[in-house]
Amino acid sequence: MLVWLYALIVIFGIVCIYSVEYKSTDDLWRTLTGFKKNYSKQLFFFAACSVLAVFILLTDSKLFTATSNISYLVGIVLILATFVVGKEIKGSKSWIPLGFMNLQPVELCKIFTALALSKYLSMPEMDFKKPKSQLIAAAIAFSPGILSILQGETGLAMVYFSFLIPMYREGLPGFYLISLIGLGSLIVISLVLPAITILVSFTLIALGCIYFLRRQFRRNRSLLTLIIAVWIFSSLIATLGVKVLMTKVFKPYQAARIYSMVGKTNPYIDINTANLSAKDLEQIEKDKRRAQAAQNYNVNQSKIAIGSGGITGKGFLKGTQTRGDFVPEQHTDFIFTSVGENFGLLGTGVLMIVYLFFLLRIITIAERQRSTFSRVYAYSVAGIMFFHIVVNICVTVGLAPVIGITLPLMSYGGSSLLTFTILIFVLIKLDADRQMVLR
Amino acid sequence: MSVFNQSRKNVIMLVFIGMFGIILAQLINLQVFSSQYKIDADNQGLFRKVIYPDRGIVFDRNGHAILQNTVIYDLMVIPGKTKGTDTAAVCRILNIDSAEFHKRIIAAIIKNKSYRASVFEPMLSNEKMAKLNENLYKLAPGYFLQERSVRDYPYEAGGNIFGYLGEVDSNILKNPKYQGYVMGDYIGRAGLERTYEKVLMGQRGIEFWKKDNLNRLTEQLENGKFDTAAIAGQNMFTSIDIELQALGEKLMENKLGSIVAVDPKTGGILAMVSSPTYKPKLLTGAERKKHYAELLLSPARPLFNRAVSATYSPGSTFKTLQALIGLHEGVITTDTRVSCSGAFYGCGSGKPMRCLDYGTFDLRNAIRLSDNTYFATVMQRVINNPKYPSVDSSLAVWDRYMYAFGLGHRLGVDVPSEYNGNIPTPLYYDKVYGKGRWNYCTFRSVSIGQGEVNTTPIQTANEMAYIANKGWYRIPHLIDSIEGGDQFELLSNFKEKHNAIDIPDSVFEAVHDGMQWVVERGTGGGAKVPGIAICGKTGTVENYYRGVKQPNHAFFCGFAPRDNPKIAIMCVVENSGRFGGTYAAPIVGLMIEKYLNDTIAKNRQGIVDKFEKLNLIPPRIYREMKTVDSMLHAKDSAYLLAKGYIKLIRDTMEIDATDEQEILDQIKKDKDDGKKDEQKKDKDEKLKINTEAILPNEKKKPEVKDSVM
Repeated sequence: MLVWLYALIVIFGIVCIYSVEYKSTDDLWRTLTGFKKNYSKQLFFFAACSVLAVFILLTDSKLFTATSNISYLVGIVLILATFVVGKEIKGSKSWIPLGFMNLQPVELCKIFTALALSKYLSMPEMDFKKPKSQLIAAAIAFSPGILSILQGETGLAMVYFSFLIPMYREGLPGFYLISLIGLGSLIVISLVLPAITILVSFTLIALGCIYFLRRQFRRNRSLLTLIIAVWIFSSLIATLGVKVLMTKVFKPYQAARIYSMVGKTNPYIDINTANLSAKDLEQIEKDKRRAQAAQNYNVNQSKIAIGSGGITGKGFLKGTQTRGDFVPEQHTDFIFTSVGENFGLLGTGVLMIVYLFFLLRIITIAERQRSTFSRVYAYSVAGIMFFHIVVNICVTVGLAPVIGITLPLMSYGGSSLLTFTILIFVLIKLDADRQMVLR
Repeated sequence: MSVFNQSRKNVIMLVFIGMFGIILAQLINLQVFSSQYKIDADNQGLFRKVIYPDRGIVFDRNGHAILQNTVIYDLMVIPGKTKGTDTAAVCRILNIDSAEFHKRIIAAIIKNKSYRASVFEPMLSNEKMAKLNENLYKLAPGYFLQERSVRDYPYEAGGNIFGYLGEVDSNILKNPKYQGYVMGDYIGRAGLERTYEKVLMGQRGIEFWKKDNLNRLTEQLENGKFDTAAIAGQNMFTSIDIELQALGEKLMENKLGSIVAVDPKTGGILAMVSSPTYKPKLLTGAERKKHYAELLLSPARPLFNRAVSATYSPGSTFKTLQALIGLHEGVITTDTRVSCSGAFYGCGSGKPMRCLDYGTFDLRNAIRLSDNTYFATVMQRVINNPKYPSVDSSLAVWDRYMYAFGLGHRLGVDVPSEYNGNIPTPLYYDKVYGKGRWNYCTFRSVSIGQGEVNTTPIQTANEMAYIANKGWYRIPHLIDSIEGGDQFELLSNFKEKHNAIDIPDSVFEAVHDGMQWVVERGTGGGAKVPGIAICGKTGTVENYYRGVKQPNHAFFCGFAPRDNPKIAIMCVVENSGRFGGTYAAPIVGLMIEKYLNDTIAKNRQGIVDKFEKLNLIPPRIYREMKTVDSMLHAKDSAYLLAKGYIKLIRDTMEIDATDEQEILDQIKKDKDDGKKDEQKKDKDEKLKINTEAILPNEKKKPEVKDSVM
């Protein structure tokens, strides 16, 4: 079942890449076999991945459990190696050149992390309620991501957040997730609204809570402390935390992207301009506007392409936007735009449903596993794919800042296709052996 | 452990479905409810390419194409693709140095970026084209040739008739009449090209092209499903006889002046020469702008269409009309005799109008010998006719005749920039002299075609057609018919017969007699052509330029043959000196012979050669040419630009001929700044090519001018 869906999506992806690159003068057969065009390369990658998939299906499932820790270590070492021999592509030094292709260890490490996390959580004496084991699991899940942030590759690093899903399934208290989401929305609010408004409204909310809950305080003293603690913490985040995040943690271009997402320009970009001349300030203002325009260009073009598709789309190969190279990175991160323009809402809707079905199918498979290893792994796969799909499409339709992240199985690129192929086929192999108890 | 947390499966599934739901909602919002994205997509992804149709072809009366289209080529360059091509070869072929080469490449990059095609050298000459064709394979893909359709003139004649095309400018773009033109379009700026712009232009087509993010056109949208085809301009058939026109231009070479020949039956213009003229090819092709500036600044004013825009006192040619009025008003009969004892004394002593032939003449002989006294008397009798209560009303009657003859107002010729001419009205004299303070003697010189009377050559030719037809004319016009029908109703005016006043044939017979005698044994003997009965009238017109008397203009007008006339014609040779019979009559004779006999007799060929070589351009023009030349050379183009001259040249393309004169005047005015007042007066005078037509007051009125012969 998954195999067919997998093949369907990959082929549809190749069709979309073809529609981006198609020129009416091209001879289809010659270019398809010519290995010059992206779609012919992707076809080759697909063939290679299919061969690999067969090998995975022929492997003994125990191999995955046995090698999970060692492969995780290899993955970490590879990421570390990029600090030394890394090749810089598109602003991040996270690639290892292999001659015939460029390998991105963070990408591959997703597989190893999924396996290692599964291995750890399926240990016989595991008690995931203990904070210690929760911390270790988090360390396993997030360390490749942290390393990758240090390389300047934020987009892929954020994928590692998706390991929260299997961890949640295995008993990570929902409180953690809720506070994480709360923190996220707090940051978004503080980006949009001025600090003083937030402070005032938080104070009002806290006072209101204290007023309405005053009876309870006699019975439960800690409640008051909690409210005050949350109030102080939120206020600090809203005033100082965001500023620190935007100026110290994120690079200016990332901060600009985040601000452009919420429809604002970065207010911290000219933090040290107090003693500059008027001319310099003007120049900075100009640069800012130009940067803003460049950031918005991608999203705007993508929205135009998708929006112009309408309900039924312009028809295969008839898109004016995808064919005119208006959308940057169209065959990779923005491949969804060509679906939107060529096939319209019908196309995008069907694709979304196919993806959703794929994900729900993985969850069903996960729940029928006897061994914890397989279940955790399946949830990891579902989480990673979910994160990729949602973030990628949100970027193209303008719901998220531009994060360089591929659309699973559709985007052009050997590295990405290879990773998802391995992820999915290892899952299929584990599912085939679901009667075995794997540890 | 898994058992405990099984319910969390549902939470996770809900989160998945929820997120997908949000995205789907946004997709519906984008793809169904936001129409702006579709508009944006079309704006940036589609290009409406305007396809220019070929302009219509113009034929002469014998079916020769006289204005057609030809294809020439522009050398285009895509700077981004020129790497590896032999720059030296390009320079060699185009005959430019490497500095010029780099200048052009940089200009192309500034204009169109390095990935789009720009014109490297427009409108290649045949010679360069031949060299390029051999080497083009070496220059690809950075260089290529692009076709362009331009006007072609198989005969090097008729520049003033055809006019020329020019790029539209801001004035035209603002004019609602020219809706739909955009910057860079070409439009007829003069002559036929301008009058019949709508007909010749055709209908533009539109092709929809896809373009990419660098604004390059990639391919046609849906293989041209939505395109509209361009419809070529309509062809037009003129009444011009191109060979006659060419002969006219040849005869008028090295002279200032004009010839207009009309078919009296149809009003069709057979030839319309304005001299000096220019080769029509000068105003197409690469050097167009340079030539235009040269022509515009030339003191001889080749761009000025004298046939319709120059106004002259008609001189003695006017006497035929006086005769018609006199006879029809009944103040004279054909046998009325007036004697000339040397001058016209009808207004007392003062300054009499002289006449050369002493004696007593009847009407026919008065016309034959162009007797001033006779016609001064005729007009005196008309104006002082007791039938009319006052001079006012009698002059008004006289004016009505003149209007009926097609004078004093624009005829409505299909050539732009036609002038009114002038026929003095009672109102006018009231204004100049005060009501009741003028009488016939105030304007007696009008009777012999001097003074305030002004006519254009086309009006004079039309007047001859009127006489030839014995009392009617059709508005002279160049275009007889339009292929595919006259959609814009441009020709309907030309069908109508104009005969406002019914004058009996017998009156015309007498005038015809007189005019035939002019040629056979009178002042116009030079026009005689063996075997053709020509009726004609000479004129010798005194004129002043800036208050200085200039050599006389020579006039001759007439029609032939007397019975069933086929051609009515007039010729003016400016400042030729001598008499009308000397220079203008032989030219008219040759033109008539050419048109009626289709050829010029061998023994008369010598006259053609003689006239072709005859130089009658007044020395004044040569002096002015020198000034303009030295000015153009002394002051470099930057200076001219700073002073606004070059801009003026560009901006005034549309405007009528007078404005050209203004540029000249302005240049001169700037030159000698000190004499501003004087210059202003000069300018006013200079606008009129003839003489003092309007006399401010009695004091300034020049000597009563005599017309001789």
